[in-house]
Amino acid sequence: MKNKYGKIALDGLIFNNPTFVLVLGTCPTLGLISSASSAFGMGLTVVVILTLSNMLISAFRKIIPNEVRIPAYIVIIATLVTLARMILEKLVPDLYDSLGGFLALIVVNCIILGRAEAFANKHNVLESAVDGLANGLGFTCALTIMGIVCEFLGKGSIFGLQIMNFKIAALATPAGAFIIFGLSIAVFTYVLNTFMRSRRIKSNKIARENLLDKDAGAMPVKEA
Amino acid sequence: MATFIAIVLAAVLTNNFITVKTYGICPFLGVSKKTSSAVGMGIAVTLVMVLATAVTYPIYEYVMVPLDIAFLEIIVFIFIIASLVQMLEKIIEKVSPSLYNAMGIYLPLITTNCAVLGVCELVIGDTSALLDGAAMNFGWAVLYALFAGLGFTLVMIIMSGMREKLNCMKVSKSLAGFPISMITASFICMAFTVFTYIS
Repeated sequence: MKNKYGKIALDGLIFNNPTFVLVLGTCPTLGLISSASSAFGMGLTVVVILTLSNMLISAFRKIIPNEVRIPAYIVIIATLVTLARMILEKLVPDLYDSLGGFLALIVVNCIILGRAEAFANKHNVLESAVDGLANGLGFTCALTIMGIVCEFLGKGSIFGLQIMNFKIAALATPAGAFIIFGLSIAVFTYVLNTFMRSRRIKSNKIARENLLDKDAGAMPVKEA
Repeated sequence: MATFIAIVLAAVLTNNFITVKTYGICPFLGVSKKTSSAVGMGIAVTLVMVLATAVTYPIYEYVMVPLDIAFLEIIVFIFIIASLVQMLEKIIEKVSPSLYNAMGIYLPLITTNCAVLGVCELVIGDTSALLDGAAMNFGWAVLYALFAGLGFTLVMIIMSGMREKLNCMKVSKSLAGFPISMITASFICMAFTVFTYIS
């Protein structure tokens, strides 16, 4: 039982990371990674909206007719985004300003509709919540890491804290965001592939040893 | 006239949707492998952007603001866009089957394109930077949507040309696919940042 949730969480965070592996939700990623704090804020907003939308859609999955499911999902997501927008405008106006137009565009973020379609309408509420949380956190981690790199190189600061005066201003523009995003995907894919290969070799080795052990164990029995 | 020129230049060059605002990146990366499909997608997006703005702007200004329900904008806009796309798909299917075959696969994707919702949100927000100081009205809003769509199409075509050339190149294994496309896109963005120094 616990193992199942662990697998869902690992899939969302690493093996099917929405940003690095599936390359979804690229618009807010490229638009906001020039500042680590706005990238982090965007990530957290998406975590909340994705978890809630996954839970709601999963709860209503038996009621929503199959033919009109996409409009129904969009209404649920749009309502959540409207609520999030009002709450952020009142409570954290700084974050509201730094997210700009991308806050409203969470409605058309492919990650949220994608998880609804691929996961939430087939699984129960708890599993969907775990999946939403894991995918949202995968998105947040990816955005924050790239945000830190982009902001450090492009503005010489991390989370708004000035560290050095040297900066490559081009990296704080969309051009720099494209380069950092592209290189991050390449590095992530390389590391993931290396890890998978080493894990496969290891599991093959264990399987072979088990086989040999079994053979070795079986041999004397045969002789006897 | 001055406002017209300012809108055209801002929408196509200095405030280009892809290279400066980073709206509509999914189709930009997904459908730019061939020039023909890039043109088709660009035209389809431009059409939907113009229609969506022409419908949502009057509804927002003359219905939602007087009724004091402006906070529902996201829900109303996304619903209008989704039904508009569906309607357009049915009309094109009936009127011109050949155009439907060429454009049909791109149309459903447009509902979840940030550029369409983005332009609807943009023209009802703070527009002083876009319009050279003039007040926003229905005509300017539709014109802005049209030229923003054409700017989007322009960058799509440039990108598809570069990617067609890229197919003949040998790319390192870990860079193949998305990473190299993004690095290519970054060069287009760098070229477009030159225009921001004009203003």
